[in-house]
Amino acid sequence: MKIKVKVNGAWREDEVEPRLLLVHYLRDVAGLTGTHIGCETSICGACTVLVNGEAVKSCTLFAVQADGAEILTIEGLAPDGQLHPLQQGFWEEHGLQCGFCTPGMILASYQLLKRNPHPSPEEIRQGLEGNLCRCTGYQHIVKAVEWAAARMSS
Amino acid sequence: MATPLLGQRVKRKEDPRLIQGRGHYVDDIQLPGMLHMAFTRSLHAHARIGSIRVAAAKAAPGVVAVYTGQDIQGQLGWVPCAAGIEGLKVPRHSCLAIDKVCYVGEPVAAVVAASGYAARDAADLIEVDYEPLPAVVNPEKALAKESPVIHEELGDNVAFVAKLAGGDCASLEADKTLKVIKARFINQRLAPVSMETRGVVANYSPGEDLLTVWSSTQVPHILKTQLAIMNSLDEARCRVIAPEVGGGFGSKLNVYGEEGMACLASRRLGRPVKWIEGRRENLQATIHGRDQINELEVYVRPDGKVVGLKCSIIADLGAYHQLLTPAIPTLTALMILGCYNIPNVFVQTTGVFTNKMATDAYRGAGRPEATYIIERVMDLVAHELNMDPVDVRMKNFPSPDDFPLALPTGVTYDTANYQRSLKKVLKAAGYSRLRKEQERLRKKGKYLGIGLSTYVEICAMGPSSRMPAGGWEFGEVRIDPTGKVTVLSGTSPHGQGEETSFAQIVADGLGIPYDDVTVYHGDTFQVPMGIGTFGSRTTAVGGTAIYQAMGRLKKKMARIAAHQLGVKPGELVFRDRRIETEDGQKSIGFAEVVAEAIFAKQLPPGIDPGLHEHSVFEPSNYTFPFGAHVAVVEVDGETGEIRLRNYYAVDDCGRVLNPMLVDGQIHGGVAQAVGQALWEELVYDENGQLITGSLMDYAVPKAHQFCWFETQNTETRTPVNPLGVKGVGEAGTIGATPAVVNAVVDALKPFGVRHIDMPLKPEKIWRILKQGVRN
Ligand code: FES
Ligand code: FES
Repeated sequence: MKIKVKVNGAWREDEVEPRLLLVHYLRDVAGLTGTHIGCETSICGACTVLVNGEAVKSCTLFAVQADGAEILTIEGLAPDGQLHPLQQGFWEEHGLQCGFCTPGMILASYQLLKRNPHPSPEEIRQGLEGNLCRCTGYQHIVKAVEWAAARMSS
Repeated sequence: MATPLLGQRVKRKEDPRLIQGRGHYVDDIQLPGMLHMAFTRSLHAHARIGSIRVAAAKAAPGVVAVYTGQDIQGQLGWVPCAAGIEGLKVPRHSCLAIDKVCYVGEPVAAVVAASGYAARDAADLIEVDYEPLPAVVNPEKALAKESPVIHEELGDNVAFVAKLAGGDCASLEADKTLKVIKARFINQRLAPVSMETRGVVANYSPGEDLLTVWSSTQVPHILKTQLAIMNSLDEARCRVIAPEVGGGFGSKLNVYGEEGMACLASRRLGRPVKWIEGRRENLQATIHGRDQINELEVYVRPDGKVVGLKCSIIADLGAYHQLLTPAIPTLTALMILGCYNIPNVFVQTTGVFTNKMATDAYRGAGRPEATYIIERVMDLVAHELNMDPVDVRMKNFPSPDDFPLALPTGVTYDTANYQRSLKKVLKAAGYSRLRKEQERLRKKGKYLGIGLSTYVEICAMGPSSRMPAGGWEFGEVRIDPTGKVTVLSGTSPHGQGEETSFAQIVADGLGIPYDDVTVYHGDTFQVPMGIGTFGSRTTAVGGTAIYQAMGRLKKKMARIAAHQLGVKPGELVFRDRRIETEDGQKSIGFAEVVAEAIFAKQLPPGIDPGLHEHSVFEPSNYTFPFGAHVAVVEVDGETGEIRLRNYYAVDDCGRVLNPMLVDGQIHGGVAQAVGQALWEELVYDENGQLITGSLMDYAVPKAHQFCWFETQNTETRTPVNPLGVKGVGEAGTIGATPAVVNAVVDALKPFGVRHIDMPLKPEKIWRILKQGVRN
């Protein structure tokens, strides 16, 4: 099947198998390997991307379901090399160790801050409920999101 | 003068690529002509394999090859075990099962196809005739005479029995003034669950006769040697690269059958072969951790002084040995005395085969079990003698002047001040205030619990004499003609952040900017030798190798600079990109000395051109980081739900090079330890089916389940290495589990609770609240 999607600002058209998962489309067809796979069963959140502005676990969607959509992946968050405040926050506050969960965490946080620009630590923890991190114990992730929230609202 | 970087909160060098999605993990590697591999795995815990029908799989679209155990016999070596234990039984462990399967998830056949989808589809088409055999999943039952024997050729299910004795426990039995406390603890089976599963790409290039392997591993050099042996290749023909690795926690300190199979397939097909583990496979067939039964007898004087400890450890090893499987429980025995110099000790460790996946090193690897035992024991002593758990610990600590302290277990602790860390954490937690609050709340029918853990761990592994495959580490520092510095390490960090801390060491030492230093690791063609990252060794052992290599380089540069300046080399210091006398009167630019060394126009006699030094550091002892933690929990009297309300940690990992990284290690470690105490558990049913085979069932903790961790440090440097660093990668995981369990048991004291086995799920607590304890 043919699909047309706008990925990180550029439209592209591809022929895909109907059963191809969106995450595999992004990684293997579009070559955007910053989106990771940690479970393939919509639990870990490593594959989180934004589809039409909504955080979506891209392992739960077929590529064909995204036909016509605008998709933002981690690679599109700093198009001109200028880090997004969330990326900067994760760097400043040591919000990552192995970095495997990080792209998904950042995009989930992106949506979180869009909905709630001034979250409490508790709200951040609740808001990231769909994203697992095995390295950090989450505390520095909470700080990273707070760091970004402070910069984004000023 | 630039402020020193060591001891500062320096941002990580690793992060810019990772926060932009530009790091490359194994699954991100694409090679021309690459094929994909998938496995058909055993559905039975114990069964004989009859015929395997592969025709349908072979005929499926995109399939290039199918392999069974029969096909690879004699073509691929056994999965290796490096543990050296006297009398150890080692079952043959084929990369694909040959005539029998011994656990659910054991690989039986492999399919190689044009895409991952095609390979997985075809793997499902393979039909295996099994003749099921009775399975044994409980290690105590596996010891019984009537138990099914997993490896018939080994006679029974006992892999080894090891005894460790110090002092004289037998003499205590006659002493009627002593109180004897008995206990039985179960340390449940856990899954490491790195967020990146395992994965491997093998690319055999027939022209060069070269096998290149990208693997998500913690030990690229060990893997290179083992894969070369398994594939009968010279090591020079085998290159292993650990690219970005998405966490390991010990589970990637190993050599797995799937890695061997990817190499075999690539060698046969002359094309690159990729295998990426699914999460279900990861829970079934990546090593598990813990899984011990501990029976204890503790001898205590009426004043709370513990004088003897006897322990039987039954260690459930699973069906086969992986790289270090049987060695892990022996570390429990080694560290069973914790922070206390108990003069008489006897530990018998029995390693038992069961029809389950192998256990091996999971963060802490044997030491969390030891800490759990001794820290639960200290609380039991307090309980039985009606003492405060703080007083029991203070009573049994050695004095800071007693170090180095040789224990009856045979290890010698380097340095410590247990009293200081305990006092500090009690102050942070407001301990006496908490006790009063607890009393107040109890009167209202609310249950607050306060739990302590004072731990010591064995780290910086280690002296080669005590390690299966050497315990040294390699480091290299070289300066390029432009004056920029390249550092190579034989360690293989995968999230811990040593690209950063190694660069801090070198930038400070050479007096150059942090940005001028680039650190590489993980490629066996780039780094000539190495052991890897595990056992909290990377900075303490690997960092020291780099520090020593840098020292050699500085010596050489000082001689060149001294020759130019007309002073003695010993008078020179390296600072602010210059090499100069202390008073700054005689000074030469760093870049000038580099140019002189490399272009070699006026080198002093006896100096070779180039700036390129390496060092191999062999530690004389382990290091023994320690600390004190306090957990505060609330138990809901209606639902049995436990809320972790506060967590305070004071950790001493020797000298702190980067407090931000140390904090990160402690947080992550504590989170995993709390996970074990409260939620995590791998469950097999009595037929050996894994019940917790997905992340729906295996409870990896989420952000909202934790409270804020209040962390602090004390710094007691070690003399074992010149940096004074002890190591911190496992401290949180080792220290925190008993603090949480002690807190919950403390909360439930009014119900007569003396012990509850982990994980402390609400249902268990609810039953106690409703039905009382059956002691
Ligand atoms: S890979 Fe999609 S949620 Fe885990
Ligand atoms: S940083 Fe490793 S899983 Fe989150």
